[in-house]
Amino acid sequence: MTAQTQTVTPSSRILGSRSLLLPGLFVCLLLLIGCLLWSITLGAADIDSTVVYESLFHYDTTNFDHLIIQTVRLPRVLSGMIVGASLAVSGAIMQGLTRNPLADSGILGINSGAAFAVVLAVFLLGTPSLSTYAVFGFIGAAVAAVIVYTLGSMGRGGATPLKLTLAGVILSAFLSSFTTAILIGDQETLDKIRFWTAGSLAGREMPLLLQTAPYMIAGIVGALLISRQLTTISLGEDIAKGLGQSTGWVKGIAALLVVLLSGGAVALAGPIGFVGLVIPHVVRFIVGVDYRWILPYSAVLGAILITVADVGARVVIRPQELPVGVMMAFVGAPFFIWLARWKVKR
Amino acid sequence: MSELNAHDITLAYENATIIQKMRLTIPTGKITALVGPNGCGKSTLLRGISRLLKPRAGSVVLDSDDIWRLPTKALAKRLGILPQGPVAPEGLTVHELVAQGRYPHQSWFQQWSPEDERITREALEITHIAEFADRAVDTLSGGQRQRAWIAMTLAQDSDLILLDEPTTFLDLAYQIEVLDLLQDLNLERGKTIVMVLHDLNQACRYADRVVAMRGGQIMAQGAPDQVVTEKMVHEVFEIGCRVIADPVTGKPLVVPESRRRHATPTTDVVRQNGHRPNTNHVEKVADAAR
Repeated sequence: MTAQTQTVTPSSRILGSRSLLLPGLFVCLLLLIGCLLWSITLGAADIDSTVVYESLFHYDTTNFDHLIIQTVRLPRVLSGMIVGASLAVSGAIMQGLTRNPLADSGILGINSGAAFAVVLAVFLLGTPSLSTYAVFGFIGAAVAAVIVYTLGSMGRGGATPLKLTLAGVILSAFLSSFTTAILIGDQETLDKIRFWTAGSLAGREMPLLLQTAPYMIAGIVGALLISRQLTTISLGEDIAKGLGQSTGWVKGIAALLVVLLSGGAVALAGPIGFVGLVIPHVVRFIVGVDYRWILPYSAVLGAILITVADVGARVVIRPQELPVGVMMAFVGAPFFIWLARWKVKR
Repeated sequence: MSELNAHDITLAYENATIIQKMRLTIPTGKITALVGPNGCGKSTLLRGISRLLKPRAGSVVLDSDDIWRLPTKALAKRLGILPQGPVAPEGLTVHELVAQGRYPHQSWFQQWSPEDERITREALEITHIAEFADRAVDTLSGGQRQRAWIAMTLAQDSDLILLDEPTTFLDLAYQIEVLDLLQDLNLERGKTIVMVLHDLNQACRYADRVVAMRGGQIMAQGAPDQVVTEKMVHEVFEIGCRVIADPVTGKPLVVPESRRRHATPTTDVVRQNGHRPNTNHVEKVADAAR
């Protein structure tokens, strides 16, 4: 061996030792709880942290501040948390499955599919029930996923990162123009969900959260259960088959989880892009390439990112507020360009 | 042991049939090389006998079991396959990659055992990459990287290892390094090895058995010294050649002729004779070497 090969460069990840991974996750969880509490204290009304504490643990229905926290702020932060976790986990699954560093439910058109379906539901049904939002979100996400995968796998070489990304971007543009057409033509629909279409956590109420959260929680739990299989398939489908994996099943289940996670997140908060793109890359930088760690870390860091972005959305142009989806675009777009320049080969 | 038999298999992609009703026996404990020009179906055949591609007709039988009827993990414990040019996810360490070879031995209940760790370590030692265990695969040289992938296949602990062009894209030194390793695995550990090779001379040197294909058909098969002849090379590769004895191993060495047969003379020859040697002369040199 030459001298060059003997210089050992340790693998570049922050938590290089496996024994640090569990404590690290615990620290991230504490950080998340901190962010949630911080987010709850912020808002139009000044409520200090002792009142927040009381309202959470000694809820008094006659206290106005308690009421604000329980009906407005708590649902909002919990929505942000579950949406962030879902989008990040679904992005991580997609990146592993398609071996595409640009995969994200926003870029692959799944968010636009869900958004279009929800807008269509509002347009056709007037004021749909809350569960209808979720159902349309899932259908839209599923149909978009199937269309993008079919378009992206056509021709030689199967589903390459470039073709999938192009298919996703094209479908996104196509569906977004339909969504816009509906909203321009129909003032009533526009008024109902204008803010939602930009991706927003404003005015999320407990009932909608309770309708959609079970699907997203099921999606996250399911993802954790197949995390070992995801690591193996991220080596490539032929390798995974050679190692005795039934890749058809793994891909099918993973696709179903992506639909549950992205569809649920869009139904609740509208299409929020970039979380699913940015977080898994940051997480890989911290923990490496094992999905048994990538997925839980993605869930927690995704939740933190959305919570912080939502705080930002409420603070930057006070007393007005930005949709959190717009905040995410500020962070995500430069990151996307960086990724496309450095990480995408071919 | 682990004899692999293809019974009248037909292999096709979508609407292009590549191989029709082929019979093939892979002998146990030997190195078999599949050779042939581009597009002859050698890689397709390898995919067909390793369960990466389902035959349209016919069956592939390992000992007495149809490989498509075995549970996927049960097959993976008996047959390892390394596809062509695998690419590891960025940042994956060598140890993590090799550990993936234990996948078929694990389940929901049995995740990572001391046995798995022992076999992973052993695979790293055998392939001489233990010192790189904690390095990312994408930071290694081509030869080290290929050895890491072979180590993963070794950790599967199967008697039979199939490889699709394990030396393609490697520098010559790395090619020999990888082929020597595979030969060691065969001689010292009794692994049955089947590989698709691009280089006919490497096939002659390392394989006990050569299977030469053209147009989806087997044109010749057998020990290199019996099979690799000028006539066979002409039939399979459509090129004239001389077959001489490899000065290093004594195995057949194929020296292709250029289409116009004007081999560039060495300066020595030119100086001695004072003129460009004709093709006759080149033939004499080749004959002398034989």
